[in-house]
Amino acid sequence: MSTSAPPSQSPKPRKVGYFSTPAGRARRLGVAMFAPAILYIVALIGVPFVMAFLYAFGDVRVGSVGYHFVGLENYRHILQSPTFRKALANSFIFTITSQVLVIVGSTILSLVLEKSFRGRSFIRFLVLLPWVAPISLGAIGWKWILDSLYSVINWVLVFVLHLYKPYAAPMWLGEPTLAMASVIVVHTWRLLPFSTVILLAGITAIPKDIPEAAAVDGAGFWRTLFQIRIPMMLPIVNVAVLFGIIFTFTDMTVVYILTAGGPFDSTQVLPSLAFFTGILGGDLAAGAAISLFLVPLLVLVAWGMLRMAHRAEVV
Amino acid sequence: MAVVETRSLTKVFKEGELGAVNDVNLVTREGEFLVFLGPSGSGKTTLLRMIAGLETPTSGEIRIGGQVVTHMTPRERRIAMVFQSYALYPHLSVYKNIAFPLKAQKVPKEKHREKVEWAAGLLGITRLLERKPRELSGGERQRVALARAIVREPSVFLLDEPLSNLDAKLRASAREELEEFHHRIGTTTIYVPQDQVEAMAMGDRVMVLHQGTVRQLGSPTEVYDKPADTFVATFLGSPPMNLLDTEDLIVGVRPEHIAPIELSPNAAVRFHARLQNIEYLGAEWILYLKVDGGQFNGKDLISRLPSAASYRMGEAYDFGVQERDLRYFDKQTEKRTEPRVVAWQ
Repeated sequence: MSTSAPPSQSPKPRKVGYFSTPAGRARRLGVAMFAPAILYIVALIGVPFVMAFLYAFGDVRVGSVGYHFVGLENYRHILQSPTFRKALANSFIFTITSQVLVIVGSTILSLVLEKSFRGRSFIRFLVLLPWVAPISLGAIGWKWILDSLYSVINWVLVFVLHLYKPYAAPMWLGEPTLAMASVIVVHTWRLLPFSTVILLAGITAIPKDIPEAAAVDGAGFWRTLFQIRIPMMLPIVNVAVLFGIIFTFTDMTVVYILTAGGPFDSTQVLPSLAFFTGILGGDLAAGAAISLFLVPLLVLVAWGMLRMAHRAEVV
Repeated sequence: MAVVETRSLTKVFKEGELGAVNDVNLVTREGEFLVFLGPSGSGKTTLLRMIAGLETPTSGEIRIGGQVVTHMTPRERRIAMVFQSYALYPHLSVYKNIAFPLKAQKVPKEKHREKVEWAAGLLGITRLLERKPRELSGGERQRVALARAIVREPSVFLLDEPLSNLDAKLRASAREELEEFHHRIGTTTIYVPQDQVEAMAMGDRVMVLHQGTVRQLGSPTEVYDKPADTFVATFLGSPPMNLLDTEDLIVGVRPEHIAPIELSPNAAVRFHARLQNIEYLGAEWILYLKVDGGQFNGKDLISRLPSAASYRMGEAYDFGVQERDLRYFDKQTEKRTEPRVVAWQ
């Protein structure tokens, strides 16, 4: 009597789960690597975003208990507020003006930095610096530069150029128009490097032959710039503009540090108003409603941005 | 129409290094088709770009139609150039691509359509005018580039490897069209070809460049049959000219001039050689020979024959060369010299 199994019979396959197969293991690793990012986005962006929606259509205040759905009541309320309307208008002024300045400035800068000259990499580093440095640090620096008592600019205007008498120099952050201009300039200073780097990439991607062909065809500098280079850069300029619009509409750092929305709400923008109303003022519902007011517009802009980015790849 | 002239034209990219173009003196003829030929890095494109005004010469002078243009911008030189990549403007339609030089040179707007249609008609691309460059095939792009070049009737045409992006079949027909086109418009044309077949087939004259210096300037038959030096002799022709060193001389003979003795019974020069290898290339056979005996014992030679089916590898045969097919070069200067008697046996 033989107890050994016939050699032809293969051992019974052990039951293995999908995650033990090589493909499964790779998948498991993939999921594990991806999870922190998902977790981060869900916890820090997803949850607050959903909560903001709930708040915007509810009657939540700091310290209140319970939640009642109130529909568009919060929106009816904020639309009646002159401060909100002022902030809405300021948001558009702030965003559009700074974006125009950023695009014009970064186009010029990128065209200059594309040429090779002595010290180009150092200049490129300097241009990138405002982006790399923490914005709070940069904005505090600007706060000093524009300060009513210690302003460097005013010191130059008064004691070097003798354009103003002491104590009569412009109050950069204290007069409505000047304050808005200051906020726009500082924000432009901050966004310029990023935009420049994007445009520089766009210019570098234009084959060298093409501007040369334009030169041989008889085009001068301006014609080559406006009819050849800039149109060819347009898809990437669009990406920079749309990114800048979203970034500016949703950012309050510069306003908060330089003017805190003042004087008389003249530099108040929607994000800063939302912060003051919702967090400092305790009216969470109104704050949420303000901060979500531009979401439909921004979704549209983001959608446009993704489309443009895709087109830029194809061309 | 104009004559292009360069005087001691030199371009040095990096100080202390050998120039990309060295002391080139060139005068084109009215309406000719001149070809720059040389290995890569020989300076032909740099020379072309200096004539176009895209590169500033280190020294020397360029004249177009008698006028000194050395420091003029490309725009002021009134030349047209076709680039290897065609350099079409990707965001503009074919029509606007062709009209661009007219706009840039401030030709009155009402003349644009007429001129663009004339140029497009000449190249057979009228039906493509509304398309964008990315919707065109390689051959169509090349025609658009040519149309853009001729539309303002330039005095000189510069073509930098315009056929290199086309496949072999298309290249042959495009070459023919380009030649035909040149006959029709008769503008002085300087052409940098992709290979020597193009150069020989298309050029009224060929300028052979090597390391930025002109080695020879002459008709295709001149540069092929009477090469100025050993460089030209070996650069042109495939397989290249056979060169045999003697004590004070280099003897050259083209592969197609080495034939078995039965085919050239009255050959002045005869030698015995062993057949090392045979390559069959369809229309011709390439024979790799090793000379057996005589002054050139052991030297390798290449022969090209229309037919060689009856020859066996490893066997030795008698070969002959006509006296008139031998070329002689000075051993020191490597320049071609007068024929001399060399004992082969």
